[in-house]
Amino acid sequence: MIKAAPDGIKEVTPPLSDTDVASLKAGDRVRISGVLYTARDAAHARLFPLVEQGKPLPIEVRGQIIYYTGPSPARPGAVVGSIGPTTGGRMDKFTPALLALGLKGTIGKGARSQTVKDALRQHTAVYFGAIGGAGAILSQFVKRLEVVAYEDLGTEAIRRLEVEGFPAIVVNDCHGGDLYEDGVRAFAREDA
Amino acid sequence: MRDVDASAIVDAIKKLCMEANYDLEPDMLRAFDRALATERSAAGRQVLQTLKDNARMAQTKRMPYCQDTGVVVCFVELGQEVHLTGGGLDDAINEGVRQGYTEGYLRASIVRSPFDRVNTGDNTPAVIHVDVVPGATLKLSVMAKGGGCENRSKYRMLTPADGLEGVKGWILECVRTAGPDACPPLIVGVGVGGTFEKAAILSKKALFRELGSPNPDPAIGAVEREVLERANRLGIGPQGYGGDTTAFGVHILAAPCHITSLPVAVTIECHAHRHKEVTL
Repeated sequence: MIKAAPDGIKEVTPPLSDTDVASLKAGDRVRISGVLYTARDAAHARLFPLVEQGKPLPIEVRGQIIYYTGPSPARPGAVVGSIGPTTGGRMDKFTPALLALGLKGTIGKGARSQTVKDALRQHTAVYFGAIGGAGAILSQFVKRLEVVAYEDLGTEAIRRLEVEGFPAIVVNDCHGGDLYEDGVRAFAREDA
Repeated sequence: MRDVDASAIVDAIKKLCMEANYDLEPDMLRAFDRALATERSAAGRQVLQTLKDNARMAQTKRMPYCQDTGVVVCFVELGQEVHLTGGGLDDAINEGVRQGYTEGYLRASIVRSPFDRVNTGDNTPAVIHVDVVPGATLKLSVMAKGGGCENRSKYRMLTPADGLEGVKGWILECVRTAGPDACPPLIVGVGVGGTFEKAAILSKKALFRELGSPNPDPAIGAVEREVLERANRLGIGPQGYGGDTTAFGVHILAAPCHITSLPVAVTIECHAHRHKEVTL
């Protein structure tokens, strides 16, 4: 579900429908509430063969959002340590197959391949950017955390997060929009 | 000879690892303020303000500025009149890393082998560079080097004919291709000269200099200034959302080299520029 808040920021709550995703445009600021699943390099490497073999995954990805992150350990009494995004491009190899299963969004930082951008259009999905390096600030928006698969991977295990108002921005929408390309176009000076 | 016990090294490294991850250096905080005053991009200013707030929160709550608490790169200047007692230098440094990362709630991000990729669980081992220098002191310089930006570091062997313009062009190419992936605003460490491996080590060492202080050689300082200005005209901006603040600094170190060679190594460092030093 997506609705626009009075401050112009879009409130995003998974699960997301194609109509929800289609309403998002590159550069839109969003606040995400509800469930996010964390997965990064090692977890994707385990999920990918399952997808290829048509086997069930340890999480239901349909309509959901995967956050590319490996948090630092929580201090006693804290929900989580720092939890900012990692580079999305390293997951490019695995992303189209997950989108084909109905995954609707990913959160990371950094550019995606043309193959992934094409897959976002084909499967009506979105790539959000969170602020890389703002791991301490972003920890505030995580209200609950539970390891749901691959615990042996430590920081790279799959975690189910419950977040409230997690801030992000639409980097790649399902219409071919790309915030990074727009940004450079707007601010590059000829004599660089 | 002066005796330095390994336990003093363990304690020092442990403290440096924690402080580097919690407390961004004042030169970085000043860089955020300077950029906030000049950045034209609203999205860019919002990123810079968030990063400044993030630094304050990390410091107050004693939690890492970034969840990627990095690989520990440790430069050691070992005075030749120092006699180490109670254990080996590398073991002491790694024990300090182990204690700092486990007791400091810092992430374990190192795998024991690039092939089987099993996490060592305590962020060891560190990457250690030792220089033996005159004197009776031991200087430890620690950097928690993030992976996302390290992955965008590059090397090119230019030719003498490529010259200074070739060097400038290559550094800018590295910044451009690092783009949003490396978490700009960046600090760009450059090693020019030496050999293949020497240039790479210089590019890391260059990052330890106070941000904004030029190379003592005015000619090199002028190159740093020019490349920084041009990098900030690329339009990448904070987090790559577009803007004028793509890099906070370009630091170059140069060394003599062979008549055939012009090695240029570029270490890309993100705004989570975490480093601390101590002299024992």
